[in-house]
Amino acid sequence: MAKQLNTYKVSKLINIYFGTLMTLTEAAIVIERVTKKFEDVTAVDGLSLTVDKGELFGLLGPNGAGKTTTINILCGLLEPTSGSVRVGGCDVQKEPNKVKKLIGVSPQETAVYPHLTGKENIELFANLHAMSREELKRNVDELLQKLSLRNHAKRKAGKYSGGMMRRINLAMALVHDPEIAFLDEPTAGMDPQSRRAVWDFIRELKKQNKTVLLTTHYMEEAEELCDRVGIIDNGKLISLGTPQQLKKQFNARNLEEVFLQLTGRRIREEV
Amino acid sequence: MKLQRVFALAKKNLKAVIRDPGALFMLILFPVIATMAFGFSFGTADSGQSTYQIGVVNADFSGTGWSHYLIGNLSETMILNVQNYSDINAARSDLSQGKIQAVLMIPENFGLSCNSFWDAPTNPNRWINTTVTLYLDSGSLFATQAIPTIIQQILSKTVYGVQPTSTYGPIRIGSPSLVDVSRLTTFDYFAPGFFAFFAIFSIMTVAQSFTFEREKGLLRRIRATPTSSSEFMTSQAVSNMIIAIIQVAIVFLVAVLVGYRPLGDITSFISAFIILSIFSLCCVGFGLIAATLAKSSGAATGIAFIFIMPLMLLGTFVSVGLSAIAKEAGKIVPSYYVTDALTSLFLRGAPVTSPTILLDISVVTIYSLIVLMLGIILYGKYGKT
Repeated sequence: MAKQLNTYKVSKLINIYFGTLMTLTEAAIVIERVTKKFEDVTAVDGLSLTVDKGELFGLLGPNGAGKTTTINILCGLLEPTSGSVRVGGCDVQKEPNKVKKLIGVSPQETAVYPHLTGKENIELFANLHAMSREELKRNVDELLQKLSLRNHAKRKAGKYSGGMMRRINLAMALVHDPEIAFLDEPTAGMDPQSRRAVWDFIRELKKQNKTVLLTTHYMEEAEELCDRVGIIDNGKLISLGTPQQLKKQFNARNLEEVFLQLTGRRIREEV
Repeated sequence: MKLQRVFALAKKNLKAVIRDPGALFMLILFPVIATMAFGFSFGTADSGQSTYQIGVVNADFSGTGWSHYLIGNLSETMILNVQNYSDINAARSDLSQGKIQAVLMIPENFGLSCNSFWDAPTNPNRWINTTVTLYLDSGSLFATQAIPTIIQQILSKTVYGVQPTSTYGPIRIGSPSLVDVSRLTTFDYFAPGFFAFFAIFSIMTVAQSFTFEREKGLLRRIRATPTSSSEFMTSQAVSNMIIAIIQVAIVFLVAVLVGYRPLGDITSFISAFIILSIFSLCCVGFGLIAATLAKSSGAATGIAFIFIMPLMLLGTFVSVGLSAIAKEAGKIVPSYYVTDALTSLFLRGAPVTSPTILLDISVVTIYSLIVLMLGIILYGKYGKT
């Protein structure tokens, strides 16, 4: 009886150990054979992808390639037609609330409340993540400082320039310090100076060991920031690797040329 | 449900109203301006009614039928609207509150007096003399001048036949007692419907706000946070109830400033706030349905008016002059019950516990919950994208 009990205890300890180990080593994002169809249009076509914890992954492709649809599936806003998605070890379809606590989403369109000030917009989303008062104040101040918005914090967001609006958009997504950030075209339409500021901010996320999935159609942005990139076209992943690997593989000077060789088109022609 | 999320979203909604000139105008400034305009225009004039309410207390139980004949003749006139009372005190109370313009007290020996006249029309010694008592609204020119004459004519015609005489017979009208009456103006009649009228416009702002947030990707963004649908909808309900309460308080204050003097006590006012808060939930429901149907915030305004118009035309002060059929049709809209409850509270001085008000509150509550649930279900199913 005592022997049976010991065996049981050992087996349980092993389970706990390997369970924990599994959780620690599990990829931050796992996409398995995901397809999303909108009536007769296939937006995402059999996409499989894994993003490791702490990795800054770039999803590249022209407009309409399926990048935003992929992010919407990862956030639980869209259900895939087939396939499965895990974020932070949780099945997005089965445990959407757990996933929503782990992620921060900066949408492609600048979704801010124009009648609220920049600071109020960020505070609103901090409250939606049920942050404590102290944490909220600290994080909001820190983000305003990092994104050079402190001097404009009390102005209504509706009066902001496009670049400032996008920075607020980003701050709203990251105020609760999420483990995994989905940044959908975070620098689209920004002036070079604002873009550099956002790049610095994204690099800092990487230093904090956050997992970042970034979509962009700016190839230089992907080269500058990403550990790995996946090139997506017509909903299909057509190439995957580090920027260096891809350039070497296609004997190209930059990722723009890689895309040209893969598709016969320039990525920005369709922008 | 996390109250932190609900309060944060409700605060955001309230700021949207306060900081958006369009919404602020529709929900606060328009009611203030309209109340002032109506108050100044109709606050001092007579109510303009073409018929007059007369209360009749019949103490004649002789079984001769004369008193009922008199009451029948009074009712047949186009100008008098007879309301029967069993108790003189209740009739005088209504007269003093301005609900009726005169009270006619038929004495207990009225029938016997009429019979005595017809038994011996030419022999006054055999008549049983009696006096019909009349109480009149001292502040009404019509009541003091015309009502005694009209009643004298009808009385003479009833008792003595087609050739009326005021000097011959056993029945006379005593000197009318004049009663001071609280004057009601057209504005007093309109005011209860005003409160419902302005609350209805929140349908438009709710519909616009939902479609705007959907268009701008804000709803999608909120859905990517741990905020639940129930927290989001509760925040909408809370903010709209707060707006309704502020709206009622402001409109009431302005109405009082321009001369509105409602009946009722503090419980009447608290009840009015509660009824309108419940009704605001109904408006949120209609707003959600409008937002579900609308493709854009511009279209939301037009679709919201599909709900606003019947609620406004059939159930608020606008419905005062409607035909009997239209008034019956009004019973299908919740604003009718809101106006009816507020009219009972403020115009008739009815207590909150009166059956009419309790029935009105019950109907508004059930109606509001059904519409709100329907709005949430439809919006959740078809309106999010």
